[in-house]
Amino acid sequence: MSGAVHSHRRPPRAAARVAAIVAVAAGLSALVSAPARAQDSSREGFEIGLSTNKISIGSDFSGARLVVFGALDNADAKLLRQQRYDIVVVLVGPRQPAVVREKKRTFGLWINRGSETFTSVPTSYSLAATRPLADVTRPELRERLSLGIKDLQLDNPPPPGPAGLSAVDLPAGEKRAQANISLKERRAKSESGAATLPLPSRPADQYAQALKRIRESKGLYNQTVGSVSFVSPTLFRADLQLPADLPTGTHVARAYLFRSGVFIREASEPLRVVKSGIESWIDNFATDHGVLYGISAVILAIFTGWFGRLVFKRD
Amino acid sequence: MNLYLPIAEISLNVFVLVGMGAAVGFISGLFGVGGGFLITPLLIFYNIPPAVAVATGANQVIAASFSGALAHYRRGTIDFKLGTVLLIGGFCGSLLGVALFTLLRRLGQLDLVVSLLYVVFLGGIGGLMLVESLQSMLRSQSQGAGEVRRPGQHSWVHGLPLKMRFHRSKLYVSVIPVLVLGFLIGLLAGIMGVGGGFIAVPAMIYLLRVPTSVVIGTSLFQIIFTAAATTILQAATNRTVDVVLAFLLMLGGVIGAQFGAEAGRRLRGDQLRALLALLVLAVGIRLGIQLVVTPEEPFTITLPTGETG
Repeated sequence: MSGAVHSHRRPPRAAARVAAIVAVAAGLSALVSAPARAQDSSREGFEIGLSTNKISIGSDFSGARLVVFGALDNADAKLLRQQRYDIVVVLVGPRQPAVVREKKRTFGLWINRGSETFTSVPTSYSLAATRPLADVTRPELRERLSLGIKDLQLDNPPPPGPAGLSAVDLPAGEKRAQANISLKERRAKSESGAATLPLPSRPADQYAQALKRIRESKGLYNQTVGSVSFVSPTLFRADLQLPADLPTGTHVARAYLFRSGVFIREASEPLRVVKSGIESWIDNFATDHGVLYGISAVILAIFTGWFGRLVFKRD
Repeated sequence: MNLYLPIAEISLNVFVLVGMGAAVGFISGLFGVGGGFLITPLLIFYNIPPAVAVATGANQVIAASFSGALAHYRRGTIDFKLGTVLLIGGFCGSLLGVALFTLLRRLGQLDLVVSLLYVVFLGGIGGLMLVESLQSMLRSQSQGAGEVRRPGQHSWVHGLPLKMRFHRSKLYVSVIPVLVLGFLIGLLAGIMGVGGGFIAVPAMIYLLRVPTSVVIGTSLFQIIFTAAATTILQAATNRTVDVVLAFLLMLGGVIGAQFGAEAGRRLRGDQLRALLALLVLAVGIRLGIQLVVTPEEPFTITLPTGETG
């Protein structure tokens, strides 16, 4: 319904009318499945795939490289030539609550004084982008998409779900899409502002910044520019560097497509990170049978001590 | 050669870990301390999460102590009766200690309390021992075995009721101070994640007046059980014992301990005490400096339970 309204607004009228007629015809010919398709025909298709969907951490694991492949269909050839499309690929680790504490000097000693709790902090975060994030899109949008280490949200999972996207994805003019987003942004801001962020400069900021700084210095959070490249007009690849202490669990690889600074759509794929071989066996044993594991560790120690005595008998 | 440690979740060099174990094992064999107060800071310094370092350190201490205790058993320098009484007190102490450990960690003050305890105990014990052993060395430069025992001298400790005879230690004292000492050792072991040898050794020497040679064997005997209890408790409650890491440390540790025990036999009691005092003081001062000097990063990240995420 709204799709029809937008197509009338297109500047090249003749072409639009032809398109509308084609769309209507298509809609008539394939009654049930067509309407969504008809809308899609003027937009870019966007899919990604991972070089692997499972990373095994064995005894020799010292970090890994993850290649994310992607296809961009129905891209506007002119915009593509002008490099107006931008792609940002992230790999977000499993989310965990975290407490950040700050030491302050008290009676000459450095003691933990202040603390801040974050409910949902990614254990790792790797980002690759075609251009610096500041050039890809506006700050408000980065904040809303939780895009980039600086704008990474630590309290609630990233907002854009399929429902949020459909409004943005309408085959509308860019102005319309932008208006749509800024409206949503304003609403999102006022909502979250009422809930947790009453003031613009809130004290939680310095704790959030400290958390990001620490994780960045450990290599758990990293972002690189230029590591997403087009292999052909429709194919792109992104290289993500994963740290040696990559957390285990289900990670999510997510790619964001921007056209001239406007967020078009996203695609995501899960990535499982598991321990393999004897490491995974030991880890499972320790998790499932803690007491038994402890007793085994003690027996191993006693045996090693006794064996050492036998081998190195010096009296 | 790097190896991935399954519980610590980090990849580290095998030879560095075995070498660390050997160095601590040598000290452990030499002084009859489990070495927990050395291995734990060393592991943390090598990027291993503190909780894993504490629990795994306890596990490694078992191997070193057992190996050392076997050597002392052969020489007949373990007082099993004294060790058992200490253990009874120690068991009650470590139950309370582990409970306090969990509480303090949730409050985010565990590191502070552990550091303060280390500084106070290591500083105090190390200082007292150093002064005493130096005096003893000066006094007995030409004669004597450098023992603390001075016949006829009794402190208030020897006036308490419920006396018990400990033949090996040539001792006739009340069980109360022995049980209390065991309890304190267990309590500190639970909070600090150490076997408690560095407290047990000087306490037995100076409070109970046990001969230095018997003290070391008895302390090692006692540490085996304290460390075993800590390992099982930590494995059951916090899942922080890394057997792969512990095994590498043990491997070095048992080798080091044999040489340490041999070196210990060539030193006199007062020399041994002076060296241990210096070592204890050095660790205490190092930890004290850490509390006072402005940290590079005043912020830390943990899980809400206090574990390192």
